[in-house]
Amino acid sequence: MFYRTSGQFKTSYESDQALFPIKQDMVLLVVILATMYVIFPMFASEFTYKALLVPVLIYSLASLGLNILTGYAGQLSLGTAGFMGVGAYACYKITTIFPEMNIVIALFLSGFFSAAVGVAFGLPSLRIKGFYLAIATLASQFFLVWLFEKWAWLYNYNASGAIEVRTMDIFGLVVTGPNASPMVQYYFVLGIVSVVTFAMINLTRGRYGRTWKAVRDMDIAAELVGINLMRAKLSAFAVSSYIVGIAGALMVFFWKGAAEPNLFDIPMSFQIVFIAIIGGLGSVMGNFLGAILIVALPVVLNLLPEILGISIGSATMEHVNVMVVGSLIIMFLIVEPHGLARFWALIREKLIIWPFPH
Amino acid sequence: METLYTVLIDPFVQMVEVPDFFLQVLWEGLVSGVLYSLIALGFVLIFKSSRIFNFAQGIMVVFAALSLVGLHSFLVPYVGNEFVAAAIAMPLTLGIMYALAMGVERMVLRPLVGQPDIILFMATIGITMFLIGFGEFVFGGENKVMITEALGIPTGAIEFEPFGGFLLMEEKDVFAVVMAIILVISLLVFLNKSAMGRAIRALGDDHTAALSVGISLSTIWVLVWFIAGVIALATGIVWGARAGVSFALEVIAYKALPVLMLGGLESVSGAIIGGIAIGLLEKVFEIYWGQPLFGGNTETWFAFIFALIVLLFRPQGLFGEKIIERV
Repeated sequence: MFYRTSGQFKTSYESDQALFPIKQDMVLLVVILATMYVIFPMFASEFTYKALLVPVLIYSLASLGLNILTGYAGQLSLGTAGFMGVGAYACYKITTIFPEMNIVIALFLSGFFSAAVGVAFGLPSLRIKGFYLAIATLASQFFLVWLFEKWAWLYNYNASGAIEVRTMDIFGLVVTGPNASPMVQYYFVLGIVSVVTFAMINLTRGRYGRTWKAVRDMDIAAELVGINLMRAKLSAFAVSSYIVGIAGALMVFFWKGAAEPNLFDIPMSFQIVFIAIIGGLGSVMGNFLGAILIVALPVVLNLLPEILGISIGSATMEHVNVMVVGSLIIMFLIVEPHGLARFWALIREKLIIWPFPH
Repeated sequence: METLYTVLIDPFVQMVEVPDFFLQVLWEGLVSGVLYSLIALGFVLIFKSSRIFNFAQGIMVVFAALSLVGLHSFLVPYVGNEFVAAAIAMPLTLGIMYALAMGVERMVLRPLVGQPDIILFMATIGITMFLIGFGEFVFGGENKVMITEALGIPTGAIEFEPFGGFLLMEEKDVFAVVMAIILVISLLVFLNKSAMGRAIRALGDDHTAALSVGISLSTIWVLVWFIAGVIALATGIVWGARAGVSFALEVIAYKALPVLMLGGLESVSGAIIGGIAIGLLEKVFEIYWGQPLFGGNTETWFAFIFALIVLLFRPQGLFGEKIIERV
């Protein structure tokens, strides 16, 4: 009923390949964007911004980056957090070296540093495949975190060894540092995530996306039909690390406010891999669904006993929380290994033909 | 010039000039290498028989050690004797590891049969998270001391004086090495001589063929996970005796990963040789190159980078099966 497609005819290839083949998809997206941009800020408290909205957006972005590499180009990476760290430290250095620079420009510049590092660590992918490559990406993870600790120049020789974000503004509006309002930060992150997501949807639909998918499905076959494997794989590493780097910079500058090297340690890498897989590999929307589940679920679980009026020690709660998240992940993998995006695709298919079964 | 000297000449001069210290470094490296081998062995067994990259091996080490210590401290007031309590706790822990193997097979592996590798890999990370939460929930998150004495592990130290120098070997390290050797030999005998062991190897060679000659997949999987659990327990005991039992032990699982890269994911001998090689090299590198040049703590990444370089020349690891790709 809501998704009836009758009467929507495609008369040209262009309209067949359009971003929204069905009008209702566009309506849905407009509704979602309106909710994000207008409705949420009307009701959200500071806690909601800091614990739910901003983290979900940032993790979605990081997962989107990983999904480009793993879901589209088929190269499993376990070093995402390390590349996020590169982005964050690069942004930190850029803003200290050029204090006058607009933070937006600094953000997009810092992505290039993580992209370069990503390409360097992506080079082995030309020789190594599958799990061997996954372990090889762990090399970047451990090496980078070690570097963040040992290379004092990166954190301006601070005694604490951590980077702290100073107050910065855009045209008089404070966006980072302790004085920034959470709503402004939320809008900032939302804007950047929207722009990058839009760019990625179109990139993955286009020439590069198709090349990556061909490599993912069978790289030898892709090579035989004339795809340059080196260029395809390294471009996937570059684009992926670029986005991941921006996500890392956003995380430190617009959410955490400060970062120690161990923030970018391996648990975060795994968390992002989880988001990408639970959300659905090879899907842009899946990242957002996965992030909502993985990031928001623990927060909600933590609040649950309070709402139900049960008093449990916070340490016990923490442990039960980890247990529940672990078993939920296994459950989701069993129920729908292709992720939440596939779930939505099935629902959408059913809606289109509703009320008929076939 | 000076840098070149510190990189290329000075370390070797030191090795020759202070041979007893060099021997000490080698010994330490050997001990940790043996333990890396043990963990890698757990990985390899499960990978061979089910193509599952079992990330949970690290937490299984922690969980086994925690169970043993927890049960022991629970039993001591009832039994009154440390040694008897340990003697009861040991088979009980083995029982827990068996129950864990059963549970994993029933609830995780069976519903996921035939899924892509990455999904199974993620499922084992799910198991890891569950076990972390469960272990902390039941036994508490604080550090514990391994019941070294109750298990009859010697705690003294042996001193040698080679080249007129001084070499200290802790007896529990010697015990660890001896136990690892015994474990590996019995495992190899089991894999090569017993019917069950042959079934495991058959499953590793060809799933469908093994099924068609009547090998039960679920029995073998439970068995393999149980063996991995026993290896985890052994690793937990010896590593716990060295560094205490805590969830920080989990990180040694990461140490086993470059061993797997180096040795090859399917190779038992690769796991053993790779583990010892990495243990030795990373210790030597840390002492003679890492500390003077990079400010130390290079052990976190050296093994990975080393394995990565080796892999660039042999993409399937030193002992892995040749990768044949067809379109």
